[in-house]
Amino acid sequence: MYNETVMDHFQNPRNVGEIADASGVGEVGNVVCGDILRVYIKVKDDRLEDVKYMTFGCGAAVASGSMMTTLAKGKTVEEAMQLTNKDVAQALGGLPPQKMHCSNLAADALHKAIEDWQQKTGQ
Amino acid sequence: MRKVYLDHAGTTPLHPEVYSLMCEFMKNNFGNPSSIHSYGREAKKWVDEARQQVADLIGADREEIIFTGSGTEADNLAIIGTAAARRKKGNHIITSSIEHPAVLNTCKYLEKNGFEVTYLPVDGYGLVDPEELRRAIRHETILVTIMHANNEIGTIEPIEELSSIAREYGILFHTDAVQTAGKIPVNVKDLGVDLLTLSSHKIYGPKGVGALYKRKGVRLEPVIHGGGQEKKMRSGTENTAGIVGFGKAAEIAARDLESEYNRTLELRDRLVQGINDRIPDVKYNGHPERRLPHNAHFSFSYVEGESMLLSLDMKGIAASSGSACSSSNLKGSHVLEAIGLPYELIHGSLRMTLGRMNDAADIDYVLEVLPEIVARLRSFSPLANKLTV
Ligand SMILES: Cc1ncc(COP(=O)(O)O)c(C=O)c1O
Ligand code: FES
Repeated sequence: MYNETVMDHFQNPRNVGEIADASGVGEVGNVVCGDILRVYIKVKDDRLEDVKYMTFGCGAAVASGSMMTTLAKGKTVEEAMQLTNKDVAQALGGLPPQKMHCSNLAADALHKAIEDWQQKTGQ
Repeated sequence: MRKVYLDHAGTTPLHPEVYSLMCEFMKNNFGNPSSIHSYGREAKKWVDEARQQVADLIGADREEIIFTGSGTEADNLAIIGTAAARRKKGNHIITSSIEHPAVLNTCKYLEKNGFEVTYLPVDGYGLVDPEELRRAIRHETILVTIMHANNEIGTIEPIEELSSIAREYGILFHTDAVQTAGKIPVNVKDLGVDLLTLSSHKIYGPKGVGALYKRKGVRLEPVIHGGGQEKKMRSGTENTAGIVGFGKAAEIAARDLESEYNRTLELRDRLVQGINDRIPDVKYNGHPERRLPHNAHFSFSYVEGESMLLSLDMKGIAASSGSACSSSNLKGSHVLEAIGLPYELIHGSLRMTLGRMNDAADIDYVLEVLPEIVARLRSFSPLANKLTV
């Protein structure tokens, strides 16, 4: 059902965990199936110095979170805001059609975390 | 890598004796059972023998068995066939909220065609309350269809009690015994049912063949029309090899019922005990006693089922889950919802159903692997870890 890249990110998810002194946190629940993905970011000089995530979701959600953090890490805040679920799914080499919504979780949670940081810092 | 198949409620492999007999039959017999000549007569002899074997499994007469193309088709024939035959008597059907889609969606179809359906609730164990059935009965009620045991949580319904209530009111009673036949004693007379569904592939027979028991004297309208096979109840040239295999599987299931019952029960209890000992925050779903011997069903807090299935599969273990993420329609299990599980626990559900393919070493292997899998998934679950937000 899933390709090798997805299975690799599922089996060895990158950047899982929490950031105790995060600059921003974003959490989204999936209206389609009820899953949750939470993202923590650490911002320094307008760059995502660190990104971590936690998820309660399917294999595609675990892999999407992993790929999203990999893509977002090191990017400027502005660049990270441009990151879409399509980018995440594409970087994973594609997801089954009924699992595309899982990649939304990852991108949406990232954007929420950035907005949280923007609000906190008044940017 | 060790392979452990724990999805016997999903389907089962062919029993070797079934396989041999089917091969022998297919090599030597191609006749159409409806033909007059020797080829046809020979095929008919085999089909009749299978009919007897299936009848014997459930304490029925040979004439009361209608072969169908699946358990699903038998459910359709029982429900739509009764609805069509009794339409003038009434338009109300009673079922439970935890039926297999073969029953539920057939009822929904009838609702779109002028029938009314009551879906009885179940308690936290998945049991239907006979008094609820009594209250739901109307003048227009023509059929009650309630499954013998549930395919997800393994709860065995009080069919004797339920059917006797229906009988008081002259209402036909159908039960879907796909999960029970060959696993626990099933006798149509003891159960007091008019119609009963069977499926071959759940008892180590071939796929694509099922049967409906129709008590003598019960009138049904056929769903499939044509050449009038199966006493006009199911037209179409018979799936002779499938039927022969189903018959043999039924014979073996009856022969080995007690020993397999005891064997799987012991393995199941070992599995359940082991999981309870090794994994925290786990809920055992279904009924503690009124339950299929080979069914174990858990909810693991904070983890999602598809992730568990993928992780298990990578370790060679095959199981199933009621999680929305593991279903094609992204809806969580209606059965788990009906027993009142919150969505997190529906998400974290895992069904393991044992059978002939399993031994004690399999159980020990699962007990070694599963705790690690659950722990890993919990380690990055936002529900298990609430640091901030
Ligand atoms: C309770 C129940 N009824 C009906 C069916 C359908 O049987 P079949 O697969 O033969 O159509 C199944 C199996 O999936 C089942 O578990
Ligand atoms: S997160 Fe539920 S289907 Fe992917």
